[in-house]
Amino acid sequence: MGLFDKIKQAFTGNKPEEKVPEAQQETTQKYDAGLKKSRQTFGEKINALFANFRTVDEAFFDDLEEMLIESDVGYETALQISDALREEVKLKNVKRTDEVSQVIVQKLVDIYGEAGEKEDNTLHYAQEGPTVFLFVGVNGAGKTTTVGKLAHRLQSQGKKVLLAAADTFRAGAIEQLQEWGKRDQVPVIASAAGSDPASVVYDAVEATIAQQADVLLVDTAGRLQNKVNLMKELEKIKRVIQKELPNAPQEVLLVLDATTGQNALSQAKQFNETTQVSGIVLTKLDGTAKGGIVLAIRNELHIPVKLVGLGEQMDDLQDFKPDEFVYGLFKGLIAPSKAASTEDLDPVHTTEANEQTTPADTHDAEK
Amino acid sequence: MAFESLSERLQNAIGKLRKKGKVSEADVREMMREVRLALLEADVNFTVVKDFVKKVRDRAVGAEVLDSLSPAQQVIKIVNDELTKTMGDAAVPLNKAPHIPTIIMMVGLQGAGKTTTAGKLANYLMKTQKARPLMIAADVYRPAAVEQLKTIGQQLDVPVFDMGTDHDPVDIVKQGMVQADLQKNDYVIIDTAGRLQIDDKLMTELANIENEVHPTEILLTVDAMTGQAATEVAEGFNKRLNITGVVLTKLDGDTRGGAALSIREVTGKPIKFTGQGEKLDQLDVFYPDRMANRILGMGDMLSLIEKAQTDYDEKQAQEMADKIKENSFDFNDFLDQMDQIQNMGPIDEIMKMIPGMANNPAMKNMNIQPKDLDHIKAIVYSMTPKERENPDLLNASRKRRLAGGSGRPVQEVNRVIKQFDTSKKMMQQMSKGNMNGMEQMFGNGVQGRLGKMAMHSMARKQKKRKKKRLKNAKRFKS
Repeated sequence: MGLFDKIKQAFTGNKPEEKVPEAQQETTQKYDAGLKKSRQTFGEKINALFANFRTVDEAFFDDLEEMLIESDVGYETALQISDALREEVKLKNVKRTDEVSQVIVQKLVDIYGEAGEKEDNTLHYAQEGPTVFLFVGVNGAGKTTTVGKLAHRLQSQGKKVLLAAADTFRAGAIEQLQEWGKRDQVPVIASAAGSDPASVVYDAVEATIAQQADVLLVDTAGRLQNKVNLMKELEKIKRVIQKELPNAPQEVLLVLDATTGQNALSQAKQFNETTQVSGIVLTKLDGTAKGGIVLAIRNELHIPVKLVGLGEQMDDLQDFKPDEFVYGLFKGLIAPSKAASTEDLDPVHTTEANEQTTPADTHDAEK
Repeated sequence: MAFESLSERLQNAIGKLRKKGKVSEADVREMMREVRLALLEADVNFTVVKDFVKKVRDRAVGAEVLDSLSPAQQVIKIVNDELTKTMGDAAVPLNKAPHIPTIIMMVGLQGAGKTTTAGKLANYLMKTQKARPLMIAADVYRPAAVEQLKTIGQQLDVPVFDMGTDHDPVDIVKQGMVQADLQKNDYVIIDTAGRLQIDDKLMTELANIENEVHPTEILLTVDAMTGQAATEVAEGFNKRLNITGVVLTKLDGDTRGGAALSIREVTGKPIKFTGQGEKLDQLDVFYPDRMANRILGMGDMLSLIEKAQTDYDEKQAQEMADKIKENSFDFNDFLDQMDQIQNMGPIDEIMKMIPGMANNPAMKNMNIQPKDLDHIKAIVYSMTPKERENPDLLNASRKRRLAGGSGRPVQEVNRVIKQFDTSKKMMQQMSKGNMNGMEQMFGNGVQGRLGKMAMHSMARKQKKRKKKRLKNAKRFKS
C-alpha cells in the first residue's frame, strides 16, 4: 500500500483496522501543533493557486513551480514535480484545475514516500559498550541546544550520559553546554576556551570508557561548510573517536536550521563528504512556514531526518516520524471524497481530526 | 562567497543571448525564464522575483534593446540596473543620535548571529569612530548568552552591562542606560535574545524595550542562508518594531544569498552591514551596487581596486617594471608578489573578486588554502640568495635540499618552480601589455573592459613595487 493511500485513510478514517496507538496519537498531536504554521501556509497556497486558475496551462505550471519553490521544497524537486504533472495532465487530458489538485498532492506524497522507502529514521546505539553521537553543523543551527535536549531525554530514559564541549571557539559555548549539563544533571567534559577540540573529545571518550557511560554526545563548533580547514578539524575529531572506539561514532548528526533555504543541500553534501553524516536534526521547525525542506532533503540528499526540534522547551525534541510529518503538512489538502474537494476544506479536516482522536475509534481498532 | 551559483546561472542564460546578433522577443523571454529560475534557486523571495522579472522584461522587450547594436549588453545592463535597484541604491550609513548615546538594538531569530554581530559592531565603531561603546546583555533565555557577550567584551575591551538572567530584560536595559549615562558612553549596543517573529510574548518584550529607550537603530540580524522565510521574518519583526536596518550574517559561506535581494524589496529596509567571518573584525559595509556586479559575475571590481590601491606600494611596482623589461623576474619578486597577495586578504576571496573568476570552472578545482602560500614561501625561503636570483641553478640535489629545508615533498618544490616559471612568463607578457596569456590562464574568465583595466592596473603596481625594493636593497648593500 502506497504512502498516499495510507495517509488518505488516516484522513478519511475509512479503514478502522489500521490501529492508532495512544502514544502515537500524542506525538501526532505534537506534530500537528508544531506544523500548524507550515500547513496553513502550504494549504493556503495550494488553494489560492487553484482559485487563480480556471484552466490548466503553462502559466499555471509556472505558478505551481513558484509555489513549490516558495515552500522550500527545493528547486530540483519543484521542477521534478511540475514536469511529472505536465505529463500526467497531458495523459489524462485534464482541463480543470480542481482535478489537478489531488494529483499534485498525490505526486508530492508519492515522491516523498518513494525517496524515503529504505530510510531508517531511528537513532542507532552501540550493541555493547558506549555509544557516541557527533553533532555537526553551521553556526547558529542549534547544535548545543539539541545536545542539551537530547541529553535530557536520554537521561530521563535512565541512560548514563556524558557531554563533550568540543566547541572551544565560540565565546560562551562551553558555558552554554555546562549550563545544559547542570539542568539535565549530566556531567560535561570541557577544557579551556581556545584549546584543541580534538583533545577535548579524546578526554571525553576516555572518560566515557572509564566511567562506563552509555552515551557520549559531542557538541562541536559551528562551521560553514566551505571552510576547508575547519572541515578537516571535524575529520580529525572523528578520527580521534574512532581510534578509541572503532565502531563509534554510531551517529553523525547534521543539525540543520529549518529556515535555511537551498543552502541546506550544500551543507548536507559537504558535511557528508567529510564526516559521513548518518542523520539530520531539523531544528526550529516550529517557526518556519516551510516544511517543504524535508521533501527536498529526502528527494535530493537521501539522508534520513532523525530528530526534529518543534519548540523551545526541553522535551520539544522529537523523533522524526515521516508519515506523521506528511500528515501534518498536507492535512486539509487531501479531500476525503471528490465532492469535498471543492468545498472549503477547513471544517472538513477538523471533523476528521476529531473522529480520529476519539477514544471510541481506538478501542474499535484494537478489537 | 555569496552569489556564485546565481552569477553562474545568469551568465549562462545571458551567454546564450550573447551569441546572437539580433535578439527577438522570444529570445528575451527565454532568457528571462532562466533568470527567474536562477533567482528562485538562489532563495530570492518569489514575489521579488516576479516583480524583478517583469520589470526587466518590460524594459528589455522595449525598443531600446531590440533596435540597439549590442542587444546582449543592453539586457545585461538592464538586469544589472534592476538588481542594484532591488537591493537599494547606495550604501546606507548607521544612524546617529543627535545626543549621545546612540542606541543600537540587535534583534532576530535564534542563531542568526546577534551576539557576534553586536561585538563586531562595537569593534567597528571603535575602529572607525574611536567610539566608547557599552554593550547590554539582555538575552536572559539562552543558557550562557550573557557569558558569551561578556567574553566578547573582554576580547574587545568593551564594558558589558549585565544583571544575570533573573531580571526582566526591560529592567536590564533600563539599568544599563543609567550606567551608560554615568559613564558617558557614546554608543550603547543592546543584545537581545533570539526569538520567532510569531512568538507574541517575546515580541511584546522587544516592543517594550523599544518604548522604554527608543533606540536610534534597530538592526534585524538575518542569516544569509535563510530561504524563502527571510521576508516573513523581516515582515514579522518590522510589524512589531520600528526596524531601521538589516545585518546579513554568514555571507562568507557558499550561500547564494537570495535573502539580500528579498529583504530590501519586501520591507524597504536597507541592508547596512554584512558579516563575513567568525573573527570580530569581519564586518563589512553593504554596497548594493557592488553586490549586483558580483551577482552578474562582473566581479567586485571596485572592492578589488580599492584593496589593491591601499596595499600596493606604487613605487615598488615601477621598479618591477624595469626589472621585467630586463627579463629578470626572480624568486625575490615571486616572494614579494606572494606577500602582496597575502596582505590583501585570503587568496580565494581575492580571486573571486576578479571579474569572471567567480564562476570560472578552474576556480572550483583550484581550492587554494591559506597554508599553501605559506608552504610556497617556506620553499623559497630555503633557497640561497644566489638561487633566488638565478633559478636556473636549481638542480635535483639542490631541490632535495629545498625540500628538506622547507619540510615539503620534492614534488611540491617542483610544482613551485613550475608556478614560478608561469608567473615569470605572465609578468613578461603583462609588461608588454599583452593580456592573451592571462586570458588563457583564466579560461575565458577575464572579460570586458573593466576586467582588463584591473589586470593592467595590477601589473603596473607590481612593477612599481619592485623598483622600490631594489632601491632599498642597493642602499643596504652600499
